[in-house]
Amino acid sequence: MQGQRWRDLTIQALLAAGLLAALWWLLDVTASNMAERGIRSGFDFLTEPAGFAIGESLLPFDSADSTLRALAAGLANTLRVALPAIIASTLLGTMIGLGRLSPNLLLRGLCAAYVEILRNVPLLLQLLAWYFVVTDLLPLASEAVQLAPHVFLSKSGLSLPWFGGDAGLFDLPLQGGMNIVGGAALTPEFLALLLGLSLYTAAYVAETVRAGILAVPHGQSDAALALGLTRVQLFRLVLLPQALRSIIPPLTNQHLSLTKNASLAVAIGYPDLVSVANTTLNQTGRAAECIALIMAVYLILSLLTALLSNWLERRSGRWAERS
Amino acid sequence: MRLPNRACGLRAAIVLLAVLLPLSAAHAGKTLEQIRQRAQLVCGVSTGVIGFSSADSQGRWNGLDVDVCRAIAAAVLNDPNKVKYVPLNAQQRFTALQSGEVDLLSRNTTWTLTRDASLGLHFTAVTYYDGQGFLVPKKLKLTSARQLKNAEICVQSGTTTEKNLGDWFKAQGIKVKPVVFEKFEASIKAFFSGRCQAYTTDASALAFIRSKEAPQPDDYVVLPELISKEPLGPVVRRGDDEWFAIVKWVIFALIEAEEYGVTQANVEQMKAGSDPAVQRLLGSAEDSGKLLGLDREWAARAVKAVGNYGEMFQRNVGSASPLKLPRGVNALWSKGGIMYAPPIR
Repeated sequence: MQGQRWRDLTIQALLAAGLLAALWWLLDVTASNMAERGIRSGFDFLTEPAGFAIGESLLPFDSADSTLRALAAGLANTLRVALPAIIASTLLGTMIGLGRLSPNLLLRGLCAAYVEILRNVPLLLQLLAWYFVVTDLLPLASEAVQLAPHVFLSKSGLSLPWFGGDAGLFDLPLQGGMNIVGGAALTPEFLALLLGLSLYTAAYVAETVRAGILAVPHGQSDAALALGLTRVQLFRLVLLPQALRSIIPPLTNQHLSLTKNASLAVAIGYPDLVSVANTTLNQTGRAAECIALIMAVYLILSLLTALLSNWLERRSGRWAERS
Repeated sequence: MRLPNRACGLRAAIVLLAVLLPLSAAHAGKTLEQIRQRAQLVCGVSTGVIGFSSADSQGRWNGLDVDVCRAIAAAVLNDPNKVKYVPLNAQQRFTALQSGEVDLLSRNTTWTLTRDASLGLHFTAVTYYDGQGFLVPKKLKLTSARQLKNAEICVQSGTTTEKNLGDWFKAQGIKVKPVVFEKFEASIKAFFSGRCQAYTTDASALAFIRSKEAPQPDDYVVLPELISKEPLGPVVRRGDDEWFAIVKWVIFALIEAEEYGVTQANVEQMKAGSDPAVQRLLGSAEDSGKLLGLDREWAARAVKAVGNYGEMFQRNVGSASPLKLPRGVNALWSKGGIMYAPPIR
């Protein structure tokens, strides 16, 4: 037994060492090829001024700030759209998934139609459609509609009063000639991306939820109903705790896909991480470095999401045992 | 620079891999040899910029940048049609050249210090002097780009444009919001639907966008300011000085041909003329090609294939084209412009 274990460990260690060596070789060859061709490489550009502006940013950003800050602003924009979209798609998807199991024929049909239409049209097309519908329908910025005092709706987006600004505690949007000035704006790019990602992912979440619930043996429902539980009690006490265990892992996949799909933002003008990195790549010419950075950031985001979901899964396992 | 940009992730990946793999390394001094061996010039062009490089309905490439490729193929391979065009978007272009996928990048690319000094490339010569401008709806009644305070400006990514925008408005002390699109089509669609108060790119493209893409060209106006210098020209890889010289001098020959009145139509008669400068250019007296590793007729063939620089300009972007761009600074130095070729002697 002991010998077998040692042999396994040795093989694994050798494999890992081989992989690392291959990776090292690849990086080394890349670096020396680039040096031989007079291509400057390295990450020194990150500390230099970016030189370009970013249209909307959670992180205050000016073109004189560093490229690293520009990329951070891009990452903040990615998270700004991905996190609300994850929450919205999970809530909507759960409702639609349950709707597909409803005894009501009309509700069941509507939910099935939603899932089939949304998940069978490419996301990029959906985003472009939402974006151009949103921008075509809204009035020009110079003719913005005032929904409430200091709340404007136009092609420039939804302008709302926000904290801070030069004037004092509140920064109020004002009609300023050709555009709305001040306040915080939810731009059409942001809204279209949020809407598109949430609706698209909700279709997959719905299927995940439906599958998870159907995976609970039918006898469980029959037994619960025979014991006199109401449908709500049946769902809350019997089905959900058992279903969650099979729902959470595939649900994590959907959340990961959503975060990665957020990079389609470049198509509709939302300055996410990929959009900012593309601009950086063009200004600096550091293709390998910029692509490596994007990959590393998405890898870290995905690993963090996976860790969080593993933790949730363990918790839900305990919950299922308790209840 | 700008314009359509059909992102092909796969190609980007292949190009990137090509840089990574040691086997594909291109070696110095061998570009001309390789081109002759495969009897084909591989030219990196745009994915479609009318007037500069775009494919027609039959898949034939044409434009000012394409004519440069054809002229070089005529000079080097004795046949302007022996060119393979590789459409590249703004993100791919330098990597494709660095990795040796293309022999020459002739794709409305702006000559800047960063690109010239840090990408392992050489800019050869300027084939078009451009500058970045603004297109705005007439009803905003703007007369200057300085009035674009707080404006949202639609722009296509992958260009020098975004940085020019940042620089210029910072110098003016004005804040604007760029709305950056990856694709040309999306960027102009957003602008013409009214999402932005201005659209920015190089002036040569603005003229085209206004006349061909606007629902009503008269509702839009190009503002007078040019906020940047955009000298566009072909680029080659470093490490092959002979090839660098050939590309450079074919372009100079086209400009010099215009200066001396050598045209596509009269090149044969001019060979027999009496002007020593023309005879040197066309190889009927001295053999100017020998020094470049070419034969004596190299420049004559280039002019015969695409005409002189003035003819190329008129046909592709000037009065004989849909763009109808004025010669402006791109006129010869002797006619009030800045197009100037060093002497061929």
